[in-house]
Amino acid sequence: MTLTSSINTRPYTLGSMNTGEPCCEPIAHLQVQNLSLAYGQKTVLDGVSLDIYKGCITALIGPSGCGKTSFLSALNRLTDLSASTRVRGSVLFDGEDLLSDKVDVLTLRRRIGMIFQKPNPFPLSIRRNLDLPLKEHGVNDRKIRAQKIETALRDVGLWDEVADRLDSSALALSGGQQQRLCIARALVLEPEILLMDEPCSALDPISSAVVEALIIRLRGQYTVVIVTHNLAQARRVANYAAFFWMKERVGKLIEFGQCQNLFEKPNHQLTAAYISGTQG
Amino acid sequence: MKERGFTLLIWASALLVAAMLLWVLSDVFIKGLSHLSWSFLMDEPSDSGRSGGIAPILISTLLILLVALFVSIPLGLAVAVWLSDFTEQRSEFANIIRLTLDALTGVPSIVYGLFGNAFFSIFLGLGFSIVSGGLTLACMILPVFIRTCESGLSAVNNDWRKGALALGLSRSATVWHILLPAAAPAIVTGLILGIGRATAETAALIFTSGYVDRMPESVMDSGRSLAVHIYDLSMNVTGGDDAAYASAFVLITLIILLNTFAQAGVNRWLKGRLVAL
Ligand SMILES: Nc1ncnc2c1ncn2[C@@H]1O[C@H](COP(=O)(O)OP(=O)(O)OP(=O)(O)O)[C@@H](O)[C@H]1O
Ligand SMILES: [Mg+2]
Repeated sequence: MTLTSSINTRPYTLGSMNTGEPCCEPIAHLQVQNLSLAYGQKTVLDGVSLDIYKGCITALIGPSGCGKTSFLSALNRLTDLSASTRVRGSVLFDGEDLLSDKVDVLTLRRRIGMIFQKPNPFPLSIRRNLDLPLKEHGVNDRKIRAQKIETALRDVGLWDEVADRLDSSALALSGGQQQRLCIARALVLEPEILLMDEPCSALDPISSAVVEALIIRLRGQYTVVIVTHNLAQARRVANYAAFFWMKERVGKLIEFGQCQNLFEKPNHQLTAAYISGTQG
Repeated sequence: MKERGFTLLIWASALLVAAMLLWVLSDVFIKGLSHLSWSFLMDEPSDSGRSGGIAPILISTLLILLVALFVSIPLGLAVAVWLSDFTEQRSEFANIIRLTLDALTGVPSIVYGLFGNAFFSIFLGLGFSIVSGGLTLACMILPVFIRTCESGLSAVNNDWRKGALALGLSRSATVWHILLPAAAPAIVTGLILGIGRATAETAALIFTSGYVDRMPESVMDSGRSLAVHIYDLSMNVTGGDDAAYASAFVLITLIILLNTFAQAGVNRWLKGRLVAL
């Protein structure tokens, strides 16, 4: 009860740590508490607690295999896919633990969208890629759907590029366009939070820059959690950064704080070593 | 030198098979065409099939096939979807089902005939009827159809499943709008295999749909299929060879037509759903 009432007021993870000045009034959108995750017998994440702030971009960094993707998939319950995946702890979202069985996962996933490393537009037309999720979430009016589709495509800067071929295959788009289409497909459902798992790593530098600029534009309007191996990118886009590391083959959150601060004055030796490139 | 010999062997094998196929087809076409006529297609058989036509047999064949496909397509797709997406890949139970299906694929059709006779004709009281025959054929083609569709579904890009899941799409929408259309080529293959096997079947039908060559009045009537007719003409009726060849010609044409329809039907269903793979 106390946790619920304290939502939006008391970020507890930053605590007394020296994390630098916040960019804005930090309001927790998600409160991850003591999250641990195991695939069968194999624990890959343990004791992760952090707040994801509303309207901010939080970058997750850390070496390969430390559980960043696993962490993201716990946040929209993609972990439900396999029965052998066990998630413990809690993630408060609107005062409710989104890991609880009572949560309607389809609605949850509409509110918390996800973008994957490899662009995965459906083998449908550009229009239908956005139309299908809208229809499925009960937007029955054709006109409204068309309008939402246009808005979403404009938001990701794709409208001018595809307006004249909405009915041709989404798979014919370039990699960067496909990724922006996937972002539009998530945005069209008007989510509150976007989880992005290395959204630029499969793209060429130019497309990557375009997508990165798009992510920066999302700030303020959406809460974004982004996994990236590109530390320079993390510094460019993120307000907050979380550094994960493997200790005894289990992923742990080592440090969390203001992005600038984490990069310039890391509190932890491992963080310092990782960002200076001497480890990981 | 070794390379040349190898190339030669590959070519020779291909040519041998092609030549055999061509020989069978031309044999049937040449001998069949001479006896074929409009009235052959439109008349009832007389004199045990030596003269007259095959109209009732054609109708029975189509009805039997219709019953078989009507049952096996939805059921087969449902089981395939269950195997590929509704169970854990390594689940014991699913593996038992897969093993069973694979074993059933190899069971001789006469065994299906006996089973169909005991179960549909006698136990369920459907008698010697087009329904009994169609259901027996459904049992016979289901294993191959299911396994073909399942492998097509399992081959569908997993990123699309994750994408659909992350958008909060329901499972039914994912299956219906993404997985099945993407697996359509495999479904067509399964259909064609099934149609081919069912249309060419004799042993499974003799004890179930029977061999009455009258025009069926309903699907509860007994009906003789083309393949049974050909078998009967060439084995039991002296002087029935011409009619047998003509019937074989019709049978082959029918299979080709049905396969074309199956392909076209699926393409039509895909239109507006799937743009490209
Ligand atoms: N479905 C799964 N079943 C079993 N083990 C898994 C599964 N997914 C991931 N793992 C394991 O969990 C650990 C963490 O994986 P995860 O993908 O979360 O790491 P990551 O930090 O995203 O790595 P990367 O930076 O390479 O993407 C790895 O050891 C991985 O092998
Ligand atoms: Mg990852």
